[in-house]
Amino acid sequence: MMTGAYPSVVVRVVCALLSPFILIFGLYVVAHGHYGPGGGFAGGVFLAVGAILPRLTLSEDLSYRIVPVTMGPLAGGIGMLLFLLCGVIPMLYGGAFLDYAAVEVAGIGAPRMRYLGILAVEAGVGLAVFGAMVTIFDVLMGRSEQ
Amino acid sequence: MIDLFLARYVYLFVLVLLAVGLYAVLAKSDLVKKVIGLTIFSTAIYLFFIEGSLQEGGTAPVIDERGSDPALYVDPLPHLLILTAIVVGVGVVGVALALLVRLYRTHGTLDEDRIAARLAGRDDEAARGQDDEAERGRNGEAAPGRDDDTSGGASGSPGDGR
Amino acid sequence: MNQLPILPLLPLLFGSILAVLAGLWRPRAAQVVAVASAALSLAASLVGLLRVIPDGSMSYEIGGWPPPIGIEYVLDPLSAFMACIVALIGLLIVIYPVDAAFDLRPTRGVPLYPLALLLLTGLMGVMLSGDLFHLFVFLEIYAISTYGLVSLGGDRATFAALRYLLLGTVGSGLYLLGVGFLYFSTGTLNMVDMAAMLPDIADSPTVLGAMGLIVIGLALKMALFPLHVWLPDAHSYSPPGVAALLAAVQVKAGAYALVRILFDVFGPAYTETGGVPVSTALIWFGMAGIVVGSVMAIRQTDIKRLLAYSTVAQLGYIGLGIGLASPIALIGALLHVLNHAMMKSGLFLVAGGIIQRTGLKSIPRFAGLGKRMPWTMAGFAIAALSMVGIPPLAGFWSKFYLVWATVDVGHWIAAVVVVGSSLFTMVYFLKLFEQVFVREPTEDVVATAVEPSGRVVGTVSVLGAAIVLVGLFNATIVRQVIAPIAERMLG
Repeated sequence: MMTGAYPSVVVRVVCALLSPFILIFGLYVVAHGHYGPGGGFAGGVFLAVGAILPRLTLSEDLSYRIVPVTMGPLAGGIGMLLFLLCGVIPMLYGGAFLDYAAVEVAGIGAPRMRYLGILAVEAGVGLAVFGAMVTIFDVLMGRSEQ
Repeated sequence: MIDLFLARYVYLFVLVLLAVGLYAVLAKSDLVKKVIGLTIFSTAIYLFFIEGSLQEGGTAPVIDERGSDPALYVDPLPHLLILTAIVVGVGVVGVALALLVRLYRTHGTLDEDRIAARLAGRDDEAARGQDDEAERGRNGEAAPGRDDDTSGGASGSPGDGR
Repeated sequence: MNQLPILPLLPLLFGSILAVLAGLWRPRAAQVVAVASAALSLAASLVGLLRVIPDGSMSYEIGGWPPPIGIEYVLDPLSAFMACIVALIGLLIVIYPVDAAFDLRPTRGVPLYPLALLLLTGLMGVMLSGDLFHLFVFLEIYAISTYGLVSLGGDRATFAALRYLLLGTVGSGLYLLGVGFLYFSTGTLNMVDMAAMLPDIADSPTVLGAMGLIVIGLALKMALFPLHVWLPDAHSYSPPGVAALLAAVQVKAGAYALVRILFDVFGPAYTETGGVPVSTALIWFGMAGIVVGSVMAIRQTDIKRLLAYSTVAQLGYIGLGIGLASPIALIGALLHVLNHAMMKSGLFLVAGGIIQRTGLKSIPRFAGLGKRMPWTMAGFAIAALSMVGIPPLAGFWSKFYLVWATVDVGHWIAAVVVVGSSLFTMVYFLKLFEQVFVREPTEDVVATAVEPSGRVVGTVSVLGAAIVLVGLFNATIVRQVIAPIAERMLG
């Protein structure tokens, strides 16, 4: 089976050391979509790698304790809901769908509002992509609860 | 002629990749190879878009100290289109892999011809048997070991309560 | 009310996520969420239709960015018309009971309603989008949902879904390639902008190539002969409720996109000149589809497969109408979209009801069902007669307009094909009528069968009533809604 502890100690240790850094790098990529290549899609994939690598190389109970099986669909759902909320809230203020500048908050100008809106949307997308990748992996491994 | 080729050689590669991908989808009999061919086909389309967005001497479309003259950067819109298309392609490949896993668990093979033969070989008896089986399913009886249409084996485990 | 263009879409999108969550909590709740979302969407589409017919089209900018920069949603009479069809059929299908929608034992954790809502979201997005790439995204959204939905029908359906996936993705890829060609020629993706720029570059090989690629890609989505090969398997092996949704609205999305792009974006400068013979190709392939679909349907004994081949034939009519490219032909094609949606979904829902009560799928065993299930079979009779083209039912009018259009243009072969295929249609439906109404029951299940459950009969009756009403009020519908669309696009 593809999951479960990899026979070689070197692989296990190195992957265990690398996974948290991959997760952090994924968060970095999501947050820096404004300024460089990245954004939600690519960052979400990195985050998912950070969750899938333990499943491939570490022992099963450990890896499924770190990122449980329910995390996949849950993260996907929350990510999508976050995206849709960011889209619909401007509509309540009279603007168009995803028109962040329409939301009036005291002390924050329109460009800053758009910046925050894009950040929120990218976070939602990153979460959704993470959830989707982990879900796909779990289902293909036959381990999903659904 | 040679200038044209040197200036546009990427499009030739795109064409070759499209052809290779399409050939794999249509002519290969192994389902996994078909899915790989699909990926090659999609990748060729992405390459086409990226190539079309290039500009002479342009750099990555992130505004830096060079200034904001559009001619200094490559066209960012195709990059966005391709990012979206790649994610869509990932979704499609995910669904394809899930279907492949289910087919493998049911038939034990991933060869299209063999699966089609298995499905067709049971066609006549299945058509009659399916009607009977659906009736029996109505009455709650278990079907006698038939695995043609009703074995959705992927998510089922032996001990699941339904 | 300037939020109107996006309102038909949002309930479906929210509904799909909420249906997943509700389904985790309690399985029935997913259906409730689905019905609520579809109802809201239908309400928004109807309001939209009633607004745009007198007032003209409405446009909506996503993110507040104006069109060339931003993505635009356009609610014009054609979009609103298609959105209403999608929402209405969607609502009826989600009301239809699940265990009839599955002619096999339902499996655990079946994501039927979220996938169905995603399918409706994708279709609605295709209808409303005013941007070529946005159309591609929604084309893929609904296609991915259909791959999942078709595979719910069991093992054979999984194989059919995989083959459909391979062909469908190639088709979308070709469409995307065509859009890429267009973008690199014009620099914009917005439909209105592109329509303004395209006539000037009408002899550029890039743009002609783009037209060819887009037409091929959309023809594959629309199951136009010879790219229809995925349809019989996909529709006949999927559960009847799903097949109803697919046959009624999914393939129409490809037809709508073809109409929109050929007539609004490319415009008469392209369809009339001989650069790429799109019109001729559509006419001939449409005719071939009609003939092949009808002939193959006659040979079938499984009712769902018969209906699937019949769908191929009906899509041939629509392709023929688009190819003839005259206002009358377009009226016929659009009217046929509406009629076929109602008729074919009604027929599939009846098939689902038969399977629910008797488990039977092969026609020779249907003998005597008419007496046992009078209401359901009455709905079946109305839908079948309408498909043959008996006046004053709805189906007659769309064929009438198509024949008129072929005669008008002087395309006598096409006229003969359209009229002749009605005879073919009559053959296979007469076979069914004979089995159902004339013969005595030969199977015990049939002899003891009762009417299917209330929701099945209810949805079938609504569709039957709709067919009759559309037929009777046909002149109003055409004059108010469809003729202005055709005049604007081709007049």
